[in-house]
Amino acid sequence: MVCDHKFALGSIAALTLATAAVPAFAQQGLDEPFQKPFREALAGKTVAYVPVAMNFDLTEGWYAGLKKELEPYGVKFEIRDPNWNTNAGAQAVTSLISEKPAVMVIHNPDVQTYAKLLQRAENEGIYVIQINMGSAYRSSAFVGANWIEIGERQTEGVVKACQGKSNKIAIIQGALSAAASAYTLKGVENVLAKHPDIKVVSSQAADWDAAKAKAITQTVLKQNPDLCGIVGFWDGMDIGTAAAIKEAGLTGKVFLATSGGGERKGACELVKNGSFDLNMSYDVPTQAAQMAGTIKWLLSSGAKPGSVKGSEYTTLIPITKENADSQTACWNLSDLKK
Amino acid sequence: MKRVRFSQQEIVFAVFTVLFLVFSIFLQGFLTADNMLTLLQNVAVLGILGLAMAIVVIGRGIDLSLIAALAVPGGLVLQMVQNGHSLPASVLAAFLLSIAIGVVNGWLIAYAEVPPLFATLATGLFVAGLGQAALFQLDVVQWSDGMAGFERLGQGSILGIPTSIVMFAIACIVVFVVLRRTRWGAYIYAVGDNPFAARVTGIPSRPIVVLQYVLAALIGCFAGLVMAASVNSMPTRIFNSTLIYDVILVVVLGGIGLSGGRGGVVNVIIGTLLIGTMLNGMTILDIPYAGQNLIKGVVLLIAVITDTFLNPRNEETAQQGDI
Repeated sequence: MVCDHKFALGSIAALTLATAAVPAFAQQGLDEPFQKPFREALAGKTVAYVPVAMNFDLTEGWYAGLKKELEPYGVKFEIRDPNWNTNAGAQAVTSLISEKPAVMVIHNPDVQTYAKLLQRAENEGIYVIQINMGSAYRSSAFVGANWIEIGERQTEGVVKACQGKSNKIAIIQGALSAAASAYTLKGVENVLAKHPDIKVVSSQAADWDAAKAKAITQTVLKQNPDLCGIVGFWDGMDIGTAAAIKEAGLTGKVFLATSGGGERKGACELVKNGSFDLNMSYDVPTQAAQMAGTIKWLLSSGAKPGSVKGSEYTTLIPITKENADSQTACWNLSDLKK
Repeated sequence: MKRVRFSQQEIVFAVFTVLFLVFSIFLQGFLTADNMLTLLQNVAVLGILGLAMAIVVIGRGIDLSLIAALAVPGGLVLQMVQNGHSLPASVLAAFLLSIAIGVVNGWLIAYAEVPPLFATLATGLFVAGLGQAALFQLDVVQWSDGMAGFERLGQGSILGIPTSIVMFAIACIVVFVVLRRTRWGAYIYAVGDNPFAARVTGIPSRPIVVLQYVLAALIGCFAGLVMAASVNSMPTRIFNSTLIYDVILVVVLGGIGLSGGRGGVVNVIIGTLLIGTMLNGMTILDIPYAGQNLIKGVVLLIAVITDTFLNPRNEETAQQGDI
């Protein structure tokens, strides 16, 4: 080979040169032209994360997932925790706009509060990714659950379980002010419109509170011991609903459908022990990975913030007795944090 | 002319009786043994908290940190067991934490002379923050296998009566004995009625104030354990809810004047029954949530106004920083 190369400088034909040169290149490695700009686009950038509150499975899971995906690329990850206070959240978003991070990951408390602020942020050149709860303003990306679909699929499960039974169901809503609760209710209504034979004997808000959910369910079950199903709006609250069903000795007779982030202790374990019959999971680690993917794509695309807009609705995982035992249906927060 | 006077307690009892009769006659499924037990079961934890608040209010104070004293020690038990500690050790830790909360409250109010409204508001925030920042991994602390058996504190029944009602009854008896059968209880009334007179007569009024808040925190912790056992988890975020207003509602409705020195366990039971009847009736009627809050707010307003008319403040009973 070395001999060939020396001759090539003199009189050997171009074809010989070419055949000799290719193996030489292979030994040196081939530069992939896009990875360097990608790394440069991410390094040193700031991603700011504003959930409605930390300390619960969803927001902790997203945080851990985003950190794991982005920090190895030198992305600075900042968190502002308004702890369920909408005003504090709006202040955090406002101050972030002047600090100009590259990306803001926003978990809206409702549809209106942040909408104008998020529009301003994109005008100022900050990508805005809204997660799980969208606002009235459509930003670069929405990653999250489709609440209407959740309501529909939970209700379909309950309606199916009610076949040949009393057709009486109850609805345990979340907080009235939360859009997630209102959207889910719309989904419930969509399905009930197709099934006029189903009778809703109670539709009450329990404020995402397990104790209130239990109190309401107990009263409803005493009035309607032949109830065949309950649509609950969040698994953290429906622990109370399940406790009321269990105390009334109606486990297995009253079909309880709920939804949540799919954390093992809050979802699979409770489906396994019969507390929930169906838990529609929006699989938080997958959501986090999609958020991170979107951030990588946006930063490396160089697109002007607000110039492209799209949605990534989460593919739901229905957790039932069949898959509650599997390794993949649920996730552990402690593992995600490692 | 002889003027007919009703005490607040009698007025509320009358309201309760009327409401109860109306529901019994017009609301199908209200007056059944099962529904009565459910009614009581649903307000048992509220009633236990009402007892704690009553002790403090009788002693002319108020304890806004009560919900934190319910959520944080209760959550601590579940979290410690989840982390692999033994159940008795966890319960002991929770009781020690409760005593600490009570002592700090009492010290601030009795010795540093901070008005109870501000002192307990601050300690409540501190304790809730401590729980969130340092003790709990998640807001909702889940039940774990190590807790097996402990759920009997809030689930199931004893001799056909749901356990949480039995727990409320036990708490009622204990608080009744403390208030009416012990010297400490008499001192609490004396301090609440007139703290200056109490001090002059040689009652150790400052330690008695500390005692009130320690008792309140311990009862709060007990309520938290009953609640956690009843819903198989501890939603520690309950601190941010409006539960504290419901507790004050129970106490004030029952006829324990906020100016201190009056009322007792019976008042708490009456207040709890009225709230329980309202909540149960409104749930059966399927009244929307916003409407329920409206009704509760109106009833509280009426109770407070009645209280002002029947137990008017004067220079003798009013004091700086009073609520």
